[in-house]
Amino acid sequence: MDQFTLNLLFVGASFALYIGIAIWARAGSTSEFYAAGRGVHPVTNGMATAADWMSAASFISMAGLIAFTGYDNSSFLMGWTGGYVLLALLLAPYLRKFGKFTVSEFIGDRFYSSTARMVAVICLLVASITYVIGQMQGVGIAFGRFLEIDAFWGLLIGACVVFAYAVFGGMKGVTYTQVAQYCVLITAYTIPAVFISLQLTGNPIPALGLFGSTESGEPLLAKLNQIVTDLGFAEYTAAHGSTINMVLFTLSLMIGTAGLPHVIMRFFTVPRVSDARWSAGWTLVFIALLYLTAPAVGAMARLNISELMWPNGTSGEAVSVEQIETDPEYAWMATWQKTGLLGWEDKNGDGKIQYYNDQNADLQAKAAENGWEGNELTNFNRDILVLANPEIASLPGWVIGLVAAGGLAAALSTAAGLLLAISSAVSHDLLKGQLTPNMSEKSELLAARVSMAAAIVVAVLLGLNPPGFAAQTVALAFGLAAASIFPALMMGIFSTRINNVGAVAGMLAGLVVTLLYIFLHKGWFFIPDTNSFTDDNPLLGPIKSTSFGAIGAAVNFAVAYFVSGMTKETPQEIKDLVESVRIPRGAGVAVEGH
Amino acid sequence: MSQSNDTNAYWSANVRLILISLAIWALVSFGFGIILRPLLAGIAVGGTDLGFWFAQQGSIIVFLILIFFYAWRMNKLDREHGVDEE
Repeated sequence: MDQFTLNLLFVGASFALYIGIAIWARAGSTSEFYAAGRGVHPVTNGMATAADWMSAASFISMAGLIAFTGYDNSSFLMGWTGGYVLLALLLAPYLRKFGKFTVSEFIGDRFYSSTARMVAVICLLVASITYVIGQMQGVGIAFGRFLEIDAFWGLLIGACVVFAYAVFGGMKGVTYTQVAQYCVLITAYTIPAVFISLQLTGNPIPALGLFGSTESGEPLLAKLNQIVTDLGFAEYTAAHGSTINMVLFTLSLMIGTAGLPHVIMRFFTVPRVSDARWSAGWTLVFIALLYLTAPAVGAMARLNISELMWPNGTSGEAVSVEQIETDPEYAWMATWQKTGLLGWEDKNGDGKIQYYNDQNADLQAKAAENGWEGNELTNFNRDILVLANPEIASLPGWVIGLVAAGGLAAALSTAAGLLLAISSAVSHDLLKGQLTPNMSEKSELLAARVSMAAAIVVAVLLGLNPPGFAAQTVALAFGLAAASIFPALMMGIFSTRINNVGAVAGMLAGLVVTLLYIFLHKGWFFIPDTNSFTDDNPLLGPIKSTSFGAIGAAVNFAVAYFVSGMTKETPQEIKDLVESVRIPRGAGVAVEGH
Repeated sequence: MSQSNDTNAYWSANVRLILISLAIWALVSFGFGIILRPLLAGIAVGGTDLGFWFAQQGSIIVFLILIFFYAWRMNKLDREHGVDEE
């Protein structure tokens, strides 16, 4: 059986499994969409939340970004897990006690203002749409690879599948489908990592293998440092970027994680306040299984690729074009070339492909000596690394098929979940809640479908010229959530002083400054070449656009504080509401808002 | 009145616990993983140093412990102050 058929088989079988479970679980219970989490054990709920949360950014993109940058991109690892500490300590139990279903409802009630609710919906929409762009990139790459077509067509086909998947709808609500998706996703991520860790270090646990030793007794990371510096690249384990930027980037990802509505929503529906605390912990357990493996995947893949391109280091011979075209060990390069995400060019016509850092002075000298004319591995999209990893390590065909299924599970479940969040925000919160309260159920449903279709068209258009690699695009979405939603929620619980005007002013200020900073660096509305600055040379010192969310959040806190101080005090009944949210006693089941 | 005093005591105990937990949260990630990494450079771990381990794995493990510790401690606090869900 060839690889193409095998991939199709794995992807098809996993989809059949999700649909099967959805139908089976649906027949068993007719409980409404939102109530899916109620009565579900915190462990099961944690697994489902982990599947919902881990998207194309975590599965497909993150390890590749770590692989090619090394230590500096540890921010993704700390940021996307550390946010759960904030969520568990500062938000989850109180929002569960509050007992409504959506984030914007809490903000609307706590700040006794329908304007506050509307502003929250707008913040939520901006962050979610940016997030969907990143997911669509991942979907495009995964479909491009497994159908062996250009990533552009992969994106279009993927968009149709996501749309169908989201319209089918109920799937997202069914916790057990997500449990199945988690199992597929984590198996697909771990199995190739175990194989590769065994090959390189003899340790079956990748997280330990990363700090283990190679066959020769040399530590893996020391060997990797030596190999990448030989090619003129920066040392893998050393810090190169600005410390301030790294701190702010990590903080933005953390705060953003705790401000993402589709994650927070999961904690509204657990049976009790104490379960909300446990559930956050279990979610992080299941996320950590992937996140502890990811840095090992990155480092080991970087080692394998470098050794494939230079089997004996730069003092030996580079791999020949002929070998790339004929040797089965290099077959992955030809398959990925078809997606347009990997490319090489024999610039000096010596029949070999020299891969090195042609910006490095030492390597330039070496190149002049040996007649190299620049780096010949001309294109290596970071987002392909995880999907290509099993092929790079020459693992069996079924592992490659499994990884394709896992990548699609991650990207599709999150993309569909976000589309549902966007459509319900537009139809339920914005139209029905604010603009046209008398809207019929039928037109609400139609509005939901139309906004879903509109969101996906926008995401595809912007996904064709994305503002960065998938995980970087998603990081921008986190920055926006960090600057707008999280501060409003936290102040709503921990301070009785912040009033309606203060909260609205804070959210708007945080959102606007962050959006401006992002657009200045990534182009207005992400349209290429409309930017005035780049992340290599940012407007404010070392602060890149992906790191600005933390500053946006600080602006939000400060503006809300000062404006509240200058305007009318919070009424007594709202102070009582805050008091009651703070203690678990008297928490009923969550109820549907108006 | 005693009810209200007890609620206040509960809330300040909670805030204290949150502050301690967040101090540890910041220390392992922003501290050991990033800012204080040069100070830990002397401690070798598998071909690199302790700061690198904290940045890529250690902080995640500490985050897990923190969340479970907080959940356990708070559930106990709920009962001690009589504000649990019965």
